[in-house]
Amino acid sequence: MSKPVRRTRKGHFELRLSETERDLLRSLAPQMRDLLASDDPVLDRLYPVAYPEDEDRETEYRLLVRDELRSSHEAALAALEATADAEQLDEEQLVVWMRAVNEVRLVIGTRLDVTEEGLERPTDSDDPRAPAFAVYDYLSWLQGSIVEALSP
Amino acid sequence: MSSSLSVAPVEVKEPEIDEVVTPDRPWVVIVWNDPINLMSYVTFVLQKLFGYSLEKATKLMLDVHHKGKAVVSSGTREAAELDVFRLHEHGLWATMLHDE
Repeated sequence: MSKPVRRTRKGHFELRLSETERDLLRSLAPQMRDLLASDDPVLDRLYPVAYPEDEDRETEYRLLVRDELRSSHEAALAALEATADAEQLDEEQLVVWMRAVNEVRLVIGTRLDVTEEGLERPTDSDDPRAPAFAVYDYLSWLQGSIVEALSP
Repeated sequence: MSSSLSVAPVEVKEPEIDEVVTPDRPWVVIVWNDPINLMSYVTFVLQKLFGYSLEKATKLMLDVHHKGKAVVSSGTREAAELDVFRLHEHGLWATMLHDE
């Protein structure tokens, strides 16, 4: 497959994505919005502990920043949804895409229990986890291309 | 990497800094290894957030990958909290520690 994200000579970024890919990207925000509003334990990965050795400071830190962090995650996903049909993005917009795509990768990867050795793919195509594996692989590939295009 | 350039690149010697910690900057920010974030992504985020060179960001990323963690910044408690927040915004697994 050709590169989905390319830097143009004017310093913008061209997106070569199919309708199916854009539909998928657009669908991520509403799903993640519901998840972010829940208390699903997978969210621990999106809100890591800052003070592992100091419970009081951790509580204080969470009160201070948790809402802001959630807003930041939501804003990135909303921006991805709003620009899912764009042919071109500027650098700032692409960085936001990168963050949104990574949030979804973190959630899916945590649920699929990704390890350092990678993913153990289900061998049976009827495996109920097969769609999640496919989305994870696609987002990883897209993320790699975004990072490559952004890297100076 | 290309080696066909006729003009030799200017060598910029960066000071060797293994420890970014100094006594008056007592809080350190640590990034931990995780199996999901791409190596290229971690390198890029460290460059973007801290203005590190590709070499320095790559070294830190490899420390995270091979040793399980790396100190990526240090400073006052407030500065460290902000760095942790920005790293969490980018999905990196970061914590902070008072360096005794």
